[in-house]
Amino acid sequence: MQYQSQAVAKPYFIAAIGLFVGQILFGVILGLQYVIGDFLFPEIPFNVARMVHTNLLIVWLLFGFMGASYYMVPEEAETELHSPRLALALFWIFLVAGALTVLGYLLVPYATLAEITGNDLLPTMGREFLEQPTITKIGIVVVALGFLFNISMTILKGRKTVISMVLLLGLWGLALFFLFSFYNPTNLILDKYYWWWVVHLWVEGVWELIMGAILAFVLIKMTGVDREVIEKWLYVIIAMTLITGILGTGHHYYWIGTPEYWQWWGSIFSALEPIPFFMMVIFAFNMVNRRRREHPNKAAMLWALGTPVMAFLGAGVWGFMHTLAPVNYFTHGTQITAAHGHMAFYGAYVMVVLAMISYAMPILRGRAAANSEKSQVMEMWSFWLMTVAMVFITLFLTGAGVLQVWLQRISESAMPFMVVQDQIAIFYWMREVAGVVFLAGLVLYIMSFFVGGEEKTAQA
Amino acid sequence: MNSSVQHANGRYPPGDFAIWIFIYAELLAFGIFFLSYAFARANNVELFNESQLLLNRTAGAINTLLLITGSYFVVRAVAAIRDDKAQLCSRWLMAAIMMACAFLAIKLVEFYTKYQEGISLSTNTFYMFYLSMTFFHFMHVILGAVILAAVMLKARNGAYSREEHTGVETGGSYWHMVDLVWIILFPLVYIIR
Repeated sequence: MQYQSQAVAKPYFIAAIGLFVGQILFGVILGLQYVIGDFLFPEIPFNVARMVHTNLLIVWLLFGFMGASYYMVPEEAETELHSPRLALALFWIFLVAGALTVLGYLLVPYATLAEITGNDLLPTMGREFLEQPTITKIGIVVVALGFLFNISMTILKGRKTVISMVLLLGLWGLALFFLFSFYNPTNLILDKYYWWWVVHLWVEGVWELIMGAILAFVLIKMTGVDREVIEKWLYVIIAMTLITGILGTGHHYYWIGTPEYWQWWGSIFSALEPIPFFMMVIFAFNMVNRRRREHPNKAAMLWALGTPVMAFLGAGVWGFMHTLAPVNYFTHGTQITAAHGHMAFYGAYVMVVLAMISYAMPILRGRAAANSEKSQVMEMWSFWLMTVAMVFITLFLTGAGVLQVWLQRISESAMPFMVVQDQIAIFYWMREVAGVVFLAGLVLYIMSFFVGGEEKTAQA
Repeated sequence: MNSSVQHANGRYPPGDFAIWIFIYAELLAFGIFFLSYAFARANNVELFNESQLLLNRTAGAINTLLLITGSYFVVRAVAAIRDDKAQLCSRWLMAAIMMACAFLAIKLVEFYTKYQEGISLSTNTFYMFYLSMTFFHFMHVILGAVILAAVMLKARNGAYSREEHTGVETGGSYWHMVDLVWIILFPLVYIIR
């Protein structure tokens, strides 16, 4: 560790992994509820399990992004963090607020939670992914502002690199677009219209900048390739991301009451969204081929190379599959979307955070560069288990989706939604098995942190 | 004449390689727009022909001339820096930027007229394409002019020379792309019927 204050990243990474476990446990419960509808009912109804599964994902990724920023920024800016104490204080505030919110979801009915938290004063609840009580949302804004203040001050007083600027742009964008979660118009179309400004402009906009910056940082550290080369790539990638991603928002505006031109705009621009992801694949492999050193942390290298590949497949290919308006006319809101969502989130954001953790954690735990051979082998096993399981989750959901579209929307004798759900149960069962394998991979991942052995050093 | 294919350091393509990735991506985006236009038109030839007649072709033709002239000035700017004449280079770039500004002014008048007539993206499919494609291109003219302005300032401050002028070629390449797109867009949307 070059700077003492980088150590604040450690609790963030640990919390991220802890919440990740929670997310996957609820995912497995949820997957089972698709086929055994009253499983754990009435304790954990389907809608609550789903809410916890998706909210935990977002919260742990935010923990991961914050930890990554606290680790990267001092090294990039070549100075200590502006205030490590603020970073630690915000960590506890965010963790406690997050835990209370999830407990609220689990222990009281959602309507009661809305009542207790004074939702009627400023109603923001009840919308997918933005289910958090208004006070939690305000808490998120406070934590984000404190975090941004800390990171921005650090960058301002130190060296300003392209990587830290791209990261900062992404993080500020993340905070700004979240403000739209407080805008809750009564018109359902307008509501959805701005809802996507949080959801889409996060994951297909500013988060991609954060992802690009983290990936570039890890690659610089591991390959020793010239900063200049990596920065040029980063420029081109973020430019393409913003050009395609911002107007690509239009691919969510089909058939919800917005003007028809969105069908064209959304189709054309979002069809190009795979390009920046493909550039990331070329970028990562190019950098590794040109490497000037053999970094001893092979596990981190595996995550860093896996990230762009899975992101391209999940976000790029699986996104493109149903992004054109004439296709989306049939697939809108089916299991095709779920298939895309799973692999895109895993490939782009889960893996990039795990790549960062894999790179930084050994150093944060006092090692020179890497864990022992044995620990790395176990971590690489967990990489393959989780990644392959995710591929199968995606394929099974795609199968379910194709069949669902056919039975429910195309076939001459179209069936109602719930009847179709029964017909495609076999895919849900197979998805559940893949989900359990994913959980096993995650357990192995955590075990790898506890494997001792002699530290691996660079090969000659 | 040969100087136009010779590059300072004999590299191909000229300028920074990153700009070419960008140029190809831009061409792809416009290409998809043009293809979509063709498909939409094939389904509705009459509407497209009718609406097309209401466009201001004179303004479009003048704008085409302006952009081509601008490209010529950019070529002169690259030739100037190859002769190590940085001040001359920056003056040619200024001339090209003036062409871009004139283009933008005329286009704004066109947009304003259409707005006055109550035409919007939702009027019909033809106008959806006309407004989207020309506006998208409009934004690129602005970006191209900004890039040329940055290059011009650097040229004026002596940042380029006969030996090292990648930046001029990079800016020039991008500008030619903006021009090229218009050369396809203008006949496609304003004229071909």
